[in-house]
Amino acid sequence: MGFWITQSLNSLALGGLLFILSAGFSLIFGLMRIANLSHGAYFMLGAYVGLTLLQRGVNFWLAALAAGAAIAILGGLVERIVLRQLAGRTLSQVLATLGIAFIIADACLWIWSGDPIPLTGPASLRGAVPVLGTHFPLYRLGVIGIAAVIALALWLLVEKTRIGAMIRAGVDDLDMARAVGIPVKALFTAVFCLGSALAGLGGVIAGPILSVYPGLDADMLPLALVVVILGGVGSLGGAVLGSIVIGFIYTFGNALLPDLAYVILFLPMVIVLVARPRGLFGRIAT
Amino acid sequence: MRYAPSIAALAALLALPFALGNDYYVNLASQVLIAAIFAMSLNLLVGYGGMTSLGHAAYLGVGAYATAWLTLRLGLGPLGAGAAALAITTLMAGFYGVLALRASGLGFLMITLALGQILWGLAYRWVGVTGGDNGLSGLARPAPLGIDITGARPFYFFALAVFAVAFALVALFVRSPFGASLQGARDQPRRMRALGYNVWMIRWITFVLAGFWGAVAGVLYVYYNNFISPHALSLTQSAEVLLMVIAGGAATLTGPVVGAALVVVMKNVVSAYVERWTLLLGVVFVLIVMFLPDGLVPGVQRLYARWRTRP
Amino acid sequence: MTALVLRGLRKSFGGLPATDDVALEIQRGERRLIIGPNGAGKTTLFNLISGDLKPDAGSVLLFGEEVAHLRPDQRAQRGLARTYQIITLFPRSTLVENIVLALMGLSPLRWHCWHRLAARRELYDRARAVLERVGLAHLASRRVADVSYGEKRRVEIAMALAQQPRLLLLDEPLAGLSAEERRSVQDLLEAIPRDISIVMIEHDMDTALAFAEKITVLHYGKVIVEGDRAHVVAHPRTREVYLGA
Repeated sequence: MGFWITQSLNSLALGGLLFILSAGFSLIFGLMRIANLSHGAYFMLGAYVGLTLLQRGVNFWLAALAAGAAIAILGGLVERIVLRQLAGRTLSQVLATLGIAFIIADACLWIWSGDPIPLTGPASLRGAVPVLGTHFPLYRLGVIGIAAVIALALWLLVEKTRIGAMIRAGVDDLDMARAVGIPVKALFTAVFCLGSALAGLGGVIAGPILSVYPGLDADMLPLALVVVILGGVGSLGGAVLGSIVIGFIYTFGNALLPDLAYVILFLPMVIVLVARPRGLFGRIAT
Repeated sequence: MRYAPSIAALAALLALPFALGNDYYVNLASQVLIAAIFAMSLNLLVGYGGMTSLGHAAYLGVGAYATAWLTLRLGLGPLGAGAAALAITTLMAGFYGVLALRASGLGFLMITLALGQILWGLAYRWVGVTGGDNGLSGLARPAPLGIDITGARPFYFFALAVFAVAFALVALFVRSPFGASLQGARDQPRRMRALGYNVWMIRWITFVLAGFWGAVAGVLYVYYNNFISPHALSLTQSAEVLLMVIAGGAATLTGPVVGAALVVVMKNVVSAYVERWTLLLGVVFVLIVMFLPDGLVPGVQRLYARWRTRP
Repeated sequence: MTALVLRGLRKSFGGLPATDDVALEIQRGERRLIIGPNGAGKTTLFNLISGDLKPDAGSVLLFGEEVAHLRPDQRAQRGLARTYQIITLFPRSTLVENIVLALMGLSPLRWHCWHRLAARRELYDRARAVLERVGLAHLASRRVADVSYGEKRRVEIAMALAQQPRLLLLDEPLAGLSAEERRSVQDLLEAIPRDISIVMIEHDMDTALAFAEKITVLHYGKVIVEGDRAHVVAHPRTREVYLGA
């Protein structure tokens, strides 16, 4: 019994992390039709930046927010300098993000060297607590909570604010959005910044659980892709659903069938894309 | 004479090991040849077929793993192991092609990525068969026609022979009626269908051929290294070969070769002088995507043409 | 035998019927014109005939054979050819190379991957002959991107004729042409022999009405008037649809 509860909680925690990672990816993909292949690199860079701040004694939450902000700025620069120049050429944009992933990954290796480093979590969430008959790390419960808060905040942003309305309009029909006067270029930059910020923030929050190491970017990117394919591009609700489903599949897959863990993880993605090549909600451009 | 440049190039490549002298550089040249075959195979898909894949490492990897496993675990001779590995990988490409061709564009990109990740995951976790993270090692180089190719120079000539055949066959393919229909399907699939072409079948056959040549590169790869590990199947590997094709010039014959040389040389030679060669490679790649989107070979050809017709 | 029979053809996009229970019969050698205001579903109808779209219901009989479930290339193999509203040529290839592709489409040659295409001189000669028929032989070695819009339209028609079709669908072949270009395309179309049946969508009334023997008027996906020129022009519903639109 304890096994199932522990693994289920682990699944939710992983799902929470995946949500923070993929919400940004999904928004960027949904609005700008760009599969941001540097998203994993932003996640990793955020973790490294957070690590440095933590090592300087900065409070964990502040470090997380600062890292998110730093990555947001980087994302904004990339969008303005590179992606905007390639407007209309989706494949070129995707390839450019691939190149940028290489750049960031190597820069991280250069600055922080090759050893995996766990981030120390916040003092307030240290230790384990009794949950339904077993002990579970408090920090992981915290992650579930944080992810829920972020999900709520994003939902409010997208559903209840003007900028959210603009995002939804753009995701639905970009040409129409332009026609009614929505400042699409500025919106693109803003969403790219937001997506990057979420990735960076997610990296720090994941730090105590996943550690940070060279290759984290290549590990996380496919996961974001799977979540988004499953949950639907440009849909926050889909990202929540997809994250939880993948969190469970990966955790239990790893625990029960470790040899086939990756197969179990990517098989749903293959099945969905083969059955419905435009993704579950029909937004992937062919 | 039409073949003059090719003959000149071949002569240069034959003379290369003697010009390079040092075994280290000769080995590097072998690596370039293997990477060039790998990049040429992907180019069939990306450049001539218009189908961008981020999972091509799967064919190099499976070709390599199959060769190693059949030799080390089943005791097959190199000819048998190589041929069987090529057959297995080509069959896999056939199956993967059916799945991947359900989509095009970004959907195709993602299916190929996912399929590649599945194989990588298997190589990584199925320790009993693949040796997991440690991979399979101890594979001895074969002795084709009785010639020992354990030395740098003999192996280079072996790789050059395979490369020359691959290049010639790919060149013939690209210039053939099928090659023309492939490029037509890349540019105007609707028009091609209206003209009576079965666009799906054209793409599927190309996918299988790309997998076959990728496997050829894989067999050379595992014999060169005497060893194979999951890294060969990684997303990074798939990204790197895509980089080679795009940077060199997709839809050209020499583009992938140039791209392969660029990446391999940067990885090994430049890295001695510039520590952050990957970063440099990334910057070069982004610059090419932004300013020379057709790649280096067509870009240089254009600049040369412009220079020649200057007033 | 009829060249084309459409029965109960239906196609909707998210609830809106683009093609609404269309029935049509084209006789061998006929020259049929399909007209209707914008959005009437003319191109959708063509897409259903050519196979670019699958119908929700109904049948498409090409020379007596049911083809509604067949792919576009399979229908091309059965004698169907079409041109598109938007130019869909290969801009970086020469005119003769474009026609060669059209000639190969119905030949087993298109699967050969072991010899050079450029060595097949007879194919290139045949392609030049096709270009001669449409008066473009002098531009054979010019790239499509470098010729005029009117010449591109003629290349499209040449490609379709190269297939030696039995049924030819022309989607606005005169669109965007100058008066002189229109006349040359018109002459081209009138010179097409009667063993090829032609269905044409056109907005240029003068030219099209002169060319067509029978006219079908579409409105919101339905056939509302059908008959010869005089009948259609005089019909009150035709005026209603065009003046009201």
